[in-house]
Amino acid sequence: MTKDKVMKDDLAKLIDQIDAARLNRRGFMAGAAAVAGMAGMPRMAFAQTGTPKKGGHLKLGLGGGESSNSLDPALTLSQAPYNVMAHIGEPLVRVHPDNSLDMRVAEELSASPDAKVWTFKIRQGIKFHNGATLTADDVLKTMQRHSDEKATSGALGIMKGIASMRAEGDIFEITLTDANADLPYLMADRHLLIQPGGGMENPADGIMSGPYKIVVNEPGVRHTFERFADYWDDSIGHFDTTEILIINDVTARTSALQSGQVDMANLIDPKIAEFLARAPGVTLAQTQGRGQNVFVMHVDTAPFDNVDLRLALKYAIDRQEMLDKVLRGFGSIGNDIPINAAYPLFDETIPQREFDLEKAAEHYKKSGHDGSPIILRVADTAFPGAVDAAALFQQSALKAGIPLELKREPNDGYWSEVWNKQPFCASYWGGRPTQDQMYATAYISSAEWNDTKMKNDRLDALLMEARAELDQDKRKAQYREMADLVRDEGGLILPMFNDFLDAYSEKVAGWVNNPNGDMMNDQAALKCWMA
Amino acid sequence: MHPVVKLIAQRLALGMLLLLAASALIFVGTQILPGDVAQSILGQSATPQSLANLRAEMGLNEPALSRYFSWLFNAVQGDLGVALSNGQDIASSMGKRLSNTLFLAICAAIVAVPLAIILGLIAVRYQGRWPDRVISTVTLATVSVPEFLLGYIAMFFLSVQFRIFPSLATVYDGMTLLERLNAIALPVIVLVLVVLGHMMRMTRAAILNVMQSAYVETAELKGLRKFTIIARHALPNAIAPVVNVVMLNLAYLVVGVVVVEVVFVYPGMGQYLVDHVSKRDVPVVQACGLVFAAVYIGLNLVADIVSILSNPRLRHPK
Repeated sequence: MTKDKVMKDDLAKLIDQIDAARLNRRGFMAGAAAVAGMAGMPRMAFAQTGTPKKGGHLKLGLGGGESSNSLDPALTLSQAPYNVMAHIGEPLVRVHPDNSLDMRVAEELSASPDAKVWTFKIRQGIKFHNGATLTADDVLKTMQRHSDEKATSGALGIMKGIASMRAEGDIFEITLTDANADLPYLMADRHLLIQPGGGMENPADGIMSGPYKIVVNEPGVRHTFERFADYWDDSIGHFDTTEILIINDVTARTSALQSGQVDMANLIDPKIAEFLARAPGVTLAQTQGRGQNVFVMHVDTAPFDNVDLRLALKYAIDRQEMLDKVLRGFGSIGNDIPINAAYPLFDETIPQREFDLEKAAEHYKKSGHDGSPIILRVADTAFPGAVDAAALFQQSALKAGIPLELKREPNDGYWSEVWNKQPFCASYWGGRPTQDQMYATAYISSAEWNDTKMKNDRLDALLMEARAELDQDKRKAQYREMADLVRDEGGLILPMFNDFLDAYSEKVAGWVNNPNGDMMNDQAALKCWMA
Repeated sequence: MHPVVKLIAQRLALGMLLLLAASALIFVGTQILPGDVAQSILGQSATPQSLANLRAEMGLNEPALSRYFSWLFNAVQGDLGVALSNGQDIASSMGKRLSNTLFLAICAAIVAVPLAIILGLIAVRYQGRWPDRVISTVTLATVSVPEFLLGYIAMFFLSVQFRIFPSLATVYDGMTLLERLNAIALPVIVLVLVVLGHMMRMTRAAILNVMQSAYVETAELKGLRKFTIIARHALPNAIAPVVNVVMLNLAYLVVGVVVVEVVFVYPGMGQYLVDHVSKRDVPVVQACGLVFAAVYIGLNLVADIVSILSNPRLRHPK
């Protein structure tokens, strides 16, 4: 048995242990470090051997791009534009795979003791692609553009708690209306890339401060880039040139990878992932993340306003079967809370909700429901395999005597007409960097995207308390209580978390999974190199 | 005025009217679709405030009728405007896509049309014998298989297994003609297989029809070779129905190949249109719709004119 093989097996075991939730996150990192250490490698590079080298041309085959995509970072919404933006732009901070902060445009940050005033020291000597020097004023203007009353930014929602901002010298300072210990993570948002003059004049000109410059921009077809010679950090951006080809058809994407026309591909179909992993020269990257496939009930609408009916539905779903059949095992089962072990401060001791038809029938009876059909709306766009998952749900619910009925909706317009409007439908969430942000996005009373219509004063209060709490143990207990509230009283049915599935060829090295997103959280082209 | 010129003028005027009607229908269609461009752009991250801001910025708050007429006013002056979703100039980005689409269609037609006619002639020559049966069965089979499946089959064998042609047909500026032809080899093969059956069978049927005529019998009695009779005497008289079906298939090659474009990642008009329909980007959808309608009307006009010119009775009316 070679050293490599030993390492692979040990890693596989570690990953299995995570799946079985026998090992917490800290344990995994220690274990991974030990495995990496044994092979005599730096800690972060345990997925690949070797040190980065410069040069070469990288070709990415990506799904999730359209000819209507813009270069305005405020308007990015899908995978291909995310990757384009990571090439050319840079935020104040990013999030490392181990959830620590990766200081980018901001060199240092500090907070007032009450976590209300946050100060970012802007790194000196960063150049924009047009030759101008990046200043704290550019940062200020960028943030103003995204938080402005008239803003059209996808980040507008997360910029709301800001009372005032100012720039002075190399310092950029944010004052919040309420304390938030997680503010730096908000600044890692994909939209908040620093632009010259904040991009107020020409937001879509593609001039930013990232490690690559855009050369060709043909939305929905291809984007090409070349290394930006004046980029400040030599440790990322190793390719001379890179190219993103938009390949929305999953079969075309995987064949392009197999025939060597692209070096990396994203959004691999779970149905073929197993076969692809066996193909010569191709590695499947399975990242346990925070993405989740869900069914959401409006708790303020009959019949879902009855807690027993909600519990009946939660017990009537066979999570393991759904995971095995819909995701082919490329995921982990959920527990009706939007949080899993990929989040910091997750409490592993929350009991798993089991598939229990007797309990389901009992709660259904107790709810006094009149037996009229309960309509679940579903479309393919809700999540890959949503229609199959809903059919499985329907079958298991019928066994408990719950008259679940499916209504197929068109993909087109699903997110504007069905989701967040109809009382019971299938949906997905991509996850957030922190528990706070996930709950604030969709579970507190004032959340814009509260797709279960949960309004619970205790939950709202706990969120604010946890936000200002700097004692991590207390914070963990607060998040535990919130999880229990959502799990037992909320309208969320979360059968499974889906893994991100990417694949890359043996021509590239340096791949490290990042639980924050697929394609190494968009940074594959930044951190990998030619093998 | 010569009747042919008069006919063309009439047809052109009618075509303009049809275009206008098509643009109105497309506009109504995009208004009926749920959601609008602002909602599609912001998606799940939309807040009521950012939606309202974006709508105001794009001028979506004006009534639908005035938006249609201001678009029409600019369009007849040749200004197609900019895409709402990414601000790119429609005429230039669509021009690139259109030339790609035409390039693919022309290449497919150059292979498919002569091949279909020759195969049709051979089928007639050996009517009822094995060459006829083989040609008919194979072309019927390829026409019946869904085009994406043909695409995947071609991709699997020619690209993944044997690596003869690339599976990606992406073309861009700076490629040589040879590189382009290599890139589009697979889509051309698939498109040829898709349109071949229809044209071949129509050619065969039209010629067989003519073969019953008295002058064909005369030619036979003169002792001409069977193939000469078919090519010299029967084909010219069967040209009208053949041209009609050829034009229909050419129109399909221009406007109907979005599935093939998606499978082979070819940057043509179909994908461009579908992307913007899903974003409710009305100006782009309108522009694409106009081009497609114009292609259909134009090709039908050509078919009519050719069938008139090929028929002496229509060419010299009494």
